[in-house]
Amino acid sequence: MSNISYVRTEMLPEQVPPNSAPGPIKWMLENLFNGVINSILTIASIFFLWYVLAGILPWIWNGSWTAGSLKECRELIAAAAGDDAGHHGAACWAVIRERYLQLIYGFYPAELYWRPNLAFILMLVALAPILFNSLPRKMLWFSAVYPFVAFWLLWGGTLWLPIMIIAGFVLGYLAFAILGKALGSLVGVIAAILVPLIWWFGFAGLMTGLFSSAIPLALEPVESAKFGGFMLSIIIGVTGIVLSLPLGILLALGRQTNLFIVKTLCVGFIEFIRGVPLITLLFVASTLLNYFLPPGTTFDIILRVVIMVTLFAAAYMAETIRGGLAALPTGQYEAADALGLDYWKATRLIIMPQALKISIPGIVSNFIGLFKDSVLVSIIGLMDPIGLTNNIRADANWNGIVWELYGFIALMFFIVCFSMSRYSMYLERKLKTGH
Amino acid sequence: MSAITDPPKGGFQLSQLIYDTRYRSLTIQIVALVLFLVGVGWLLNNAAQNLAALGKPLGFGFLGEAAGYDINQKLIEYNNQMSHGRAALVGVMNTLLVAVLGCIIATVLGVVIGVLRLSNNWIVARIMTFYIEMFRNVPVLLWIVLMMAIFIENLPAPRAFRGDDATASMYLGDAVAFTNRGFYFPKPDMFAGSMFVVIVFLLSIVGVFFFRRWSRKRQEATGEILPNFWITLGILIVPALVIYLILGRPIGLELPELKGFNFQGGIYMRNSLIALTLALALYTAAFIAEIVRAGIMAINKGQSEAAFALGLRPNRTMSLIILPQALRVIIPPLISNYLNLTKNSSLAIAVGYMDITGTLGGITLNQTGREMECLLILMAIYLAISLTISTIMNWYNESVKLRER
Repeated sequence: MSNISYVRTEMLPEQVPPNSAPGPIKWMLENLFNGVINSILTIASIFFLWYVLAGILPWIWNGSWTAGSLKECRELIAAAAGDDAGHHGAACWAVIRERYLQLIYGFYPAELYWRPNLAFILMLVALAPILFNSLPRKMLWFSAVYPFVAFWLLWGGTLWLPIMIIAGFVLGYLAFAILGKALGSLVGVIAAILVPLIWWFGFAGLMTGLFSSAIPLALEPVESAKFGGFMLSIIIGVTGIVLSLPLGILLALGRQTNLFIVKTLCVGFIEFIRGVPLITLLFVASTLLNYFLPPGTTFDIILRVVIMVTLFAAAYMAETIRGGLAALPTGQYEAADALGLDYWKATRLIIMPQALKISIPGIVSNFIGLFKDSVLVSIIGLMDPIGLTNNIRADANWNGIVWELYGFIALMFFIVCFSMSRYSMYLERKLKTGH
Repeated sequence: MSAITDPPKGGFQLSQLIYDTRYRSLTIQIVALVLFLVGVGWLLNNAAQNLAALGKPLGFGFLGEAAGYDINQKLIEYNNQMSHGRAALVGVMNTLLVAVLGCIIATVLGVVIGVLRLSNNWIVARIMTFYIEMFRNVPVLLWIVLMMAIFIENLPAPRAFRGDDATASMYLGDAVAFTNRGFYFPKPDMFAGSMFVVIVFLLSIVGVFFFRRWSRKRQEATGEILPNFWITLGILIVPALVIYLILGRPIGLELPELKGFNFQGGIYMRNSLIALTLALALYTAAFIAEIVRAGIMAINKGQSEAAFALGLRPNRTMSLIILPQALRVIIPPLISNYLNLTKNSSLAIAVGYMDITGTLGGITLNQTGREMECLLILMAIYLAISLTISTIMNWYNESVKLRER
């Protein structure tokens, strides 16, 4: 055994263990300073960050919250900074302190603020069962009634109007249930559409008048011109979101169907809306919509805007959902057919749940886009937050204030939109059924 | 309910229109068409009645009348004696100007930011993430007015450039001035002989094309790679420069000069144009960055590993392997972002830039009171622009698409 020359006879010395110790130094070496270019990039970014933060943070932090006007505020800041040139060196947050109610509620009467507040809280309650599956399903009934409650709370007036509108839906359902069972589903569907229409246009107004003169359940009415600020953005955004989803689903189905005329109409509508900017549609809402209605009809500007915003968002929604429908394997459609489901059953039970799940990221980014687009109404003269900034600057006390207002509005939008995008990620994770 | 229908027994019955799947689709379509036509007819009838009651029947004659307002940023000749139609044309040109400039800047920025967001460098990736989230989650209108405010509040007025104790100065050897009224750039001055320089430059562009083809053939034949970039640069610059010097510098620069209370000469870009373009570009760049990132991440890691195994350098891997494949994922959403930018340029009205919405949909509409006609034309123009862009880009998309067997 002694002359096996290729077998080592002595032990090798122990080597230094590789540097695997976790720690900040190792992390920095791997993520910040691995290589010359990366090190330069890191140092440049740190310098950039320092430069930006050194400019902005003191401006935010040293801001004055107490002054009553821009001039006074600048004087306070200059005195604090110790030199006269320093009066631009800090923010005048006092404008936010003084006007935040206006930025939130617009010109809504101050003694009635509880109504939008209540509507907002109830909105969260109504949204909760839709957003989180773990909550009891019975809460959905409240979500269904909520739009009418919110309408009544925000605009005031008699309670009987929303009740009569709800009654239309109830009548439609009854007509569908009774006539549909007696005379076949087609008659039922037609009745479910016709009966509410007849009710709303024929009797609802009459009944509202009758009931409200008997039992006046009314809140003090508030006209639309007084609506403004983030309240207006939320109203337009949320209504648009809620209405555009079902409309978008219908349009997407219409675009996917093989009924030539229906398909052509849907494609034409979608492509037209997607081809023009929202601002032209808002111009239509503010100047043109009344031309297309019977002479003498006038209706509310917020309602007109909501109609246009909804149509606009629905076209985009339709394209997003169409993407989801197209991504679904053909086998799903065929399996639904093989089970003997008819078109609506297959769509409702098999196709849509899957297609909607696929298109969640797109749908949510549409929602975010819609909410952001709601500020465009300032261009047609509504008092949304950006419109209000001009209003606030028109006040002699705050003439010339810019950054603080825009910064505040931007922060508010950022918080809402960012949380929406995070929620969509949560939903994607929750609904993921793959591996 | 069943998709299979029994063969008809006996003659045709009216109920078959509803219950027989062969006829039902026809019935549904006819009902839909009739309802649609009735609805449209009702709307048009109302509109006709309302317009007649107001005494302004539909007509486009106002487009030929004198506009009577000035447009301060224009690409084509225009004065206030010209027609509303001409003003609208100026507006269209201005819209296209913003759209083209914005798309170019947004693409460059978006690609850089998207790639940097994938960087290994933790801090760079974080900064880019912050940029993207910041711009995506705040309305573009706010960015536009904010950008405009930055230009108005932070840049010096033209009179700050005056006198010996001027508080502001021009940049690049008195060639560029940034003021709160707008930016002034030097303008090329064409003297006699300048045509030759331009022609030579155009010829060298053609030359570059041929050089590239020859270089590729040579590489395929011999495997050697020439320093293509530097040679291309040389072909582009050297001949034109030589001709320029031989002819005695026939192209000069007209510098902006301070005369009285404002700058004269040079190219003047109003700050509304710059603010709008920049805001739109920065906003859209955030979206493009996400698209680019998604496109690059969609490429299988095996692709880059295979390229490294073949011995390709990282930049060649990027340009030859990753990007051509990523482009197929990137281009369709990129098109829709270009379209969004073009449509968002209509927000120009918020900063007073005279694009088509500002001229035709703004002043012309208010002066003539012809809402219906103005908005119809306005929508038609945007529709035409959108359809054109999407046609061109779809055609390009078709040409880079994967050819499957």
